Amino acid sequence: MKKASLLMILGALLLLALYKFPLWNITLGAPQYPDPLGMNIFFNGVQGVEEFDIQNIDGVNHYIGMKKVPKKEDMWEFTVFPIFIVAMSAIGILIGFLGFFKKISYKWFLGWLVVMLVFGIYGLYDFNLWLQDYGTDLDPKAIMKLTDAQGNQMSYKPPFIGTKHILNFTAQSYPRIGTLFVFLGTLFPLLAYVVGKKSSVSKK
Amino acid sequence: MKKINFILSFAILASLLVSCGGDNSNKKSGALVGNAAERVYVAPGEYDEYYAFLSGGFSGQLSVYGLPSGRLFKVIPVFSQNPENGYGYNEETKPMLNTSYGFIPWGDAHHPDISQTNGELDGRWIFINENNTPRIARIDLTTFQTAEILEIPNSAGNHSSSFITENTEYIVAGTRFSVPSPQKDMPIEEMKGTFKGPLTFISIHPETGNLNIEFQLIMPGFNYDLSHPGRNKSHGWFFFTTYNTEEAHSLLEVNASQNDKDYIAAVNWKVIEQYVKNGGGTKMAVKYAHNILNESTHTATSTILNEITTVNPLDVPGAVYYLPTPKSPHGCDVDPSGEYIVGSGKLSTDLTVHSFSKMLKAIEEKNFSGEAYGIPILNFEAINAGVVKQAGLGPLHTEFDDKGNGYTSFFISSEIVKWKLETWEVVDRQPVFYSIGHLMVPGGNSRKPFGKYMLALNKITKDRYLPTGPEVTQSAQLFDITGEKMELLLDFPTIGEPHYAAGIPAEILMKNSKKIYPLSENKHPNVTLSEKEAKVVRNGNEVHVYMTMIRSHFAPDNIEGVQVGDKVFFHVTNLEQDYDVPHGFAMIGANTAELLIMPGETRTSTWEPKREGVWPFYCTDFCSALHQEMQGYIRVSPKGSSVPLKWSLD
Repeated sequence: MKKASLLMILGALLLLALYKFPLWNITLGAPQYPDPLGMNIFFNGVQGVEEFDIQNIDGVNHYIGMKKVPKKEDMWEFTVFPIFIVAMSAIGILIGFLGFFKKISYKWFLGWLVVMLVFGIYGLYDFNLWLQDYGTDLDPKAIMKLTDAQGNQMSYKPPFIGTKHILNFTAQSYPRIGTLFVFLGTLFPLLAYVVGKKSSVSKK
Repeated sequence: MKKINFILSFAILASLLVSCGGDNSNKKSGALVGNAAERVYVAPGEYDEYYAFLSGGFSGQLSVYGLPSGRLFKVIPVFSQNPENGYGYNEETKPMLNTSYGFIPWGDAHHPDISQTNGELDGRWIFINENNTPRIARIDLTTFQTAEILEIPNSAGNHSSSFITENTEYIVAGTRFSVPSPQKDMPIEEMKGTFKGPLTFISIHPETGNLNIEFQLIMPGFNYDLSHPGRNKSHGWFFFTTYNTEEAHSLLEVNASQNDKDYIAAVNWKVIEQYVKNGGGTKMAVKYAHNILNESTHTATSTILNEITTVNPLDVPGAVYYLPTPKSPHGCDVDPSGEYIVGSGKLSTDLTVHSFSKMLKAIEEKNFSGEAYGIPILNFEAINAGVVKQAGLGPLHTEFDDKGNGYTSFFISSEIVKWKLETWEVVDRQPVFYSIGHLMVPGGNSRKPFGKYMLALNKITKDRYLPTGPEVTQSAQLFDITGEKMELLLDFPTIGEPHYAAGIPAEILMKNSKKIYPLSENKHPNVTLSEKEAKVVRNGNEVHVYMTMIRSHFAPDNIEGVQVGDKVFFHVTNLEQDYDVPHGFAMIGANTAELLIMPGETRTSTWEPKREGVWPFYCTDFCSALHQEMQGYIRVSPKGSSVPLKWSLD
């Protein structure tokens, strides 16, 4: 149970890396942008890869009526997600310690894990919703109103994962190291649960 | 009969030429090698290996080429107005061209030199001199903009300039024309013994690069033609060639060519520096302009200064010696080790090489052959290191590679001669087309030359290019100098006259090249940092428009309430923070050039509306898909009209 508890604590601590590392990265390259413009998506906001990338993405996108890249205050997620993550991290560390001193059962680890998984899936779902909104909710007074072959309004939704050609731009969207930390931060508690279960079975 | 013979022989000769086909063109291509095209080909999207900065000569500017391709990237405006980007026209840069004579729109740029640290190119700044109204400019190599211009007082024909010492301590400006010092009204024929030859030593601030005249050495009234710093073992000395030691004042082509030997002046600037630091020297009242571009305000200021320190060489023991050098020497060039000083007597067929260590020994032993106005003349035999004999006709200038070879240009015989240091033997000679002045090896004026390419800078092209009427281009020719023989690779045309050039490996400069001016650092007094702050203010008959530009509109783009007789100032800020997105600004009927404004920069132009009406302005640089829509109107009402001042965007 000691080993399991340490894994639980380690996993919970890894979540705090989200303050430092982005979850996702989207880049936009074009003939005019041989060095692609890029945004790093953190759990508490979006930052340009280079200092002025966000401003320049907004500048380019205003021609086709896309909204500006949201600031921290524009999306509730950027406030709530950090609170949730810090809380989960704290709870994870707490139950890890309690497990270490055998005050609680390994099943708490599973409970934590389930909450975290639900959150993770919701996070990805929510991210995709934003991409959809960002790429399709366009200003009706847009300078360029483009349609696809069927005559429908063009969607500028960047890909969730992968590469997509949108007009003169090539958009690439991939998870970054922050997502890996979330993955490990979930994997370790899962291992904690498995190890905890084994040790409790063997004791019986 | 003679005539018939002549015609006959001509016919035979012609048939020979025809039958041999390519002979004629082979002759024209000189040392051209078979795979030359491959060796200068820089594929689309690839970079050149070297930057080459070529003096624009009488264009007053400095051009930037790539080597080996010979592609022109940019012309940096320095001493002449440049309507293409508004330099010298807009309010911010007009002060750069101010002098003690007032505003001068043109200059004659000559010899660029790149800053050094420990005798090696560091690529922080490049300097260039102006010959006509003596000035020196400093160009910032992070922005490729002229950052400073200093006028040289008490000097005329700033030709032996702008060469720097090996830690960028000093840059020199020697007078080409001897003049009364200080200037005064006197008969020209009384010049001999009265005129002087001031040599100006200008310090360079190690951090800011700012120039300051530390002292002016008031030398005898010879003509000081070119100069080069000592380096390595001869660091601390500066060498200047002289001509017209006859001190003739008329028909110099004859009267200044009579002496068998003129001199190279060897100046121990460290001794003089110490003398001045200890309070030596005499203050002289003069008038000169010092113009500095402030990068954070994007604005130049011009200050008129009134005093310099002059030094009489006779007051500083051991400061100056004359090295006798045959026949009106032009170039005086110091090899990478600092031991050899090569004098190119331009009316001679030989190159004279002086030895620095022999020079020191001769000074110590007082081995003098005479004196000129109290300055000791060293014994020629005692200091001579060697002579490159019968090298060619009209030697002008020598550069060095990193393998112990010298390359000397010959104007009259129109060739470059490669010779070996220390053995003084000629290794190779190649024709140039035509009449070369200077030549350039990247780093050739430093301890560490990059001996891969050499550029010949030619004065005459005649039949080398498609004809363009009587006025044709001057040119540069690129040689590969990695082998025993120099190989001609490429001809390319230049702007103005390429007097001299400076080359540097691209990797040293390109990483420091700025992409934008950060708006957050823009401290221009009339900056407009956002569209919301755009406004129009009337102050008497002056109307100040605080305007912004971003793809693809101006703010404001409609202005009313301007009147005939007003003077309108457009203070325009480019709000872009994206690489290579400049915007332009032009107003119909404005008696000035356009503004070309880089991202994050503020520029100001003026317009005095002369007629009532509604007058458009627009962006002159194709900035975006909606560039054509980037335009606006100004309504001009009669003087005294009651139309209120108002402005708008959408």
